[in-house]
Amino acid sequence: MIELRRHNAGFCADCFLHHCREQVRRAIDEHEMMRPGDRVLVAVSGGKDSLALWDILLELGYEVDGLYLGLGIGDYSNESGRMTRQFASERGLQLREIDLPADMGFDIPTGAQAARRVPCSACGLSKRHLFNAAAVEGDYDVVATGHNLDDEAAVLFGNVLRWATDYLGRQLPVLPAGNGFVRKVKPLVRLGEREMAAWCVLRGIDYIVEECPMAAGNKHLGYKEALNAIEDQSPGTKAAFYGGFLARASHLFTPEAEMEREDLRPCSSCGSPTVGDLCAFCKLVERASR
Amino acid sequence: MKVLLRNPRRELEMDGPMRVHVLIERLSMNRESVLVIKGDTLVTGDALLDDADEVEIRPVISGGGLF
Repeated sequence: MIELRRHNAGFCADCFLHHCREQVRRAIDEHEMMRPGDRVLVAVSGGKDSLALWDILLELGYEVDGLYLGLGIGDYSNESGRMTRQFASERGLQLREIDLPADMGFDIPTGAQAARRVPCSACGLSKRHLFNAAAVEGDYDVVATGHNLDDEAAVLFGNVLRWATDYLGRQLPVLPAGNGFVRKVKPLVRLGEREMAAWCVLRGIDYIVEECPMAAGNKHLGYKEALNAIEDQSPGTKAAFYGGFLARASHLFTPEAEMEREDLRPCSSCGSPTVGDLCAFCKLVERASR
Repeated sequence: MKVLLRNPRRELEMDGPMRVHVLIERLSMNRESVLVIKGDTLVTGDALLDDADEVEIRPVISGGGLF
């Protein structure tokens, strides 16, 4: 049914689904991501990773609500929102929604232009801020995101190429609560995106296959292509790269990130943690609304 | 056989019989970056496709505003 070359194994559908559940369970246990009874908010985009994550966490018995952020990226946002709502309604799940244009007064294309950021940067900033703020407001214990092994390996690759030590110190599967942040976890770090797409196909989950039009040609996709070219020749390289970083190198960079965290204080406008007077998201909103 | 490709969505006609891994190579794709779907299930690289088959080659790579 599906072959996973990094495990040198082929799986039938049932065994593959069991494998995915076990990988998520192992990630949660290994990194102490969640405790029984935690209220979990999963950040959902309508894509394969976040919908698969929501599905798997429910299967593992966690209490999970979803939060969808409407980015105002034309048909792409309309379709991803429709698929997210469909997933939630078919299963009777609670889905919270924030719509950037309606609730914040800007969309990603115009906000990015106004703030002179690339769209993916404005999008990531908005997600980081709004998911944390919604989790604080909703009294959730943890925010879970659908970052998978390929995402983490590609980010690590980019950070190592530039020796971005501050980012390396924060690239962990769990970011603890404190200083205004809710605990943030990445339960899919032991699974690749091919596995997540396969999970959705086998579970009959309809997700948005089309790529975000704002992401075309971005660096992150380039890093993924480069790593997949290596993986094709040497299966298991991505898992060894990221797993090796966590086991043998990440601790070298965490003190710098922890020191940064100690400098955080509430934003003068919204109260979210920031190193300056005004947080980066409030600056984005201010520039976008001029 | 009929082959559905995505991003952008388009269809190709290819002659069978052909193994799935050969089809992926002929289209210059990386097998780590795609799933091959026939009906509502997945097919492995050694599966043999014939002229009457309809398959989708679905990209699995996505990337955007990481947070």
